[in-house]
Amino acid sequence: MRKVAVAGVGLVKVSEHWGKALGALFADAALQAMKDAGTDDVDGLYVSNMSGALMQEQLNMGAHMADAIAKPGLSAVRVEAGSASGGVAFHEAVKAVASGYSDCVLVAGVEKMSDVLPDVVTKSLVMEEEQEYSAYTGVTKAGLSAMLHRLYLDLYAEPSDVGMMAVQSHDNAVGCRHAQYPFRMSIERAMDSPMEADPIHMMECAGVGDGAAAIVLVPADTDGVEVAGTTVATDYCSLPMREDPLTLGAVKTAAEKAYKMAAVKPGDIDLVEVQDDFTINGVLSLESLGLVERGKAAKLVAEGGAARDGELPTNTFGGLKARGNPLGATGIYQVVEVALQLRGAAGDHQVEDAGVGLAQNMGGLGSTCAVTILRRLGR
Amino acid sequence: MCGDHTEEAGTMSVPRYWREEVPRYRLLGKMCAGCGAKFFPARPVCTECGSTEFKDHKLAEAGEVVTWTVIRNPPMGFEKYKPYVVALVELEDGMRLLSQVVDVDPGEVQKGMRVEAVFRRVKEDGRTGIIQYGYKFRPVVE
Repeated sequence: MRKVAVAGVGLVKVSEHWGKALGALFADAALQAMKDAGTDDVDGLYVSNMSGALMQEQLNMGAHMADAIAKPGLSAVRVEAGSASGGVAFHEAVKAVASGYSDCVLVAGVEKMSDVLPDVVTKSLVMEEEQEYSAYTGVTKAGLSAMLHRLYLDLYAEPSDVGMMAVQSHDNAVGCRHAQYPFRMSIERAMDSPMEADPIHMMECAGVGDGAAAIVLVPADTDGVEVAGTTVATDYCSLPMREDPLTLGAVKTAAEKAYKMAAVKPGDIDLVEVQDDFTINGVLSLESLGLVERGKAAKLVAEGGAARDGELPTNTFGGLKARGNPLGATGIYQVVEVALQLRGAAGDHQVEDAGVGLAQNMGGLGSTCAVTILRRLGR
Repeated sequence: MCGDHTEEAGTMSVPRYWREEVPRYRLLGKMCAGCGAKFFPARPVCTECGSTEFKDHKLAEAGEVVTWTVIRNPPMGFEKYKPYVVALVELEDGMRLLSQVVDVDPGEVQKGMRVEAVFRRVKEDGRTGIIQYGYKFRPVVE
């Protein structure tokens, strides 16, 4: 298997892009990434998108996005793994280059959520879950996380400790040009916001946005940013099937395999991007990744440990909460952000001397998880 | 914009609804013929022993709330019930399932609250689609 490197990256600001269709949004990020890589001679395209079939009534996305960047003939496919679509698409793209089948692959995520009304977004999110006995109850994606949130509060933390995950993400987003909400939010603002799904407050949830992010992958050389580890794992999908609901089994499995593949320990990770679509998901992810001991992540975040200059820099451009969460594109944003950190190109968001970074992208209630570990070469 | 969907016929097909009627109406799960592990809903492969042979298993109809939430912003189709409680319920036979908990003020739900199964309307699939029924749970009056 060949080593694979990130040759180019591109990002669109997460926002409500009323004037741009899926293809235009996609092309914006894809062209940036190819320009950054210094080549547009790609021989494969992986498109990550979660809800285009519902929100834009668009299928066959591989062909439509290849069309958008004027590359007829290109091998192209859409990867859908719920909210983990981006991380899983990245994993598939790495395999294409690592195997030698492809020499230069474009992997790009795109999602447009502003085309539909809020109840359709809610429906789209719960489409990640088992339909006949979970979604059937009328539960929402926030509601499922809320049930874990309540179990966590019973055992380990105060509501405001968990809420600090959102406050920290907003702090990290200040000044970020591609963030949807690049401003501070106080813990009082989060805790005083209306309930979305008790005990989750509205301001503990990622919002609705449109976005696209892209990466060009090539065989690794002696410098740049290499893909040190890339894994995907799944878990039983329904909450009643989980023996220990507070351990996200797919996250744990994917992380353990990724550390092994990259030959690193959790303590070697210099920064992490986690799936904080709800505050509790970010907290549980830090624990299931093995980066923080069980029951201690909310306290760590509340005490400032997740700040860029803290012991575990987390969501360094704002995470899903503040950078934004354009579903199928989110996992690509995360990997781009880690790559920017390792290049030393993160500007005001730079984590000092970042050499190894991890991105964790999760679909459903942790039923799919992709973990990516990037490493700066030539250290 | 998908704004007027509730005014139209829904998308629920008759076979899709019909094939879940018995498990939903009677709380009927499956027991693995190989190792005795119990499941609700039915699954094609036993998670414990890999068997694909199952017998019917009638679930207990009472249990207690393990954890719960209150849905304030429901998915399309559930708007008229909001706010409503959805809970992880552990039944007296040890089986767990997700269900709405009804006939209760959301603020009064507690961990360990005793609940029992009831047969209720779940959702209308648009104006002219199938009216879906099934189980919900309500507090046991001691």
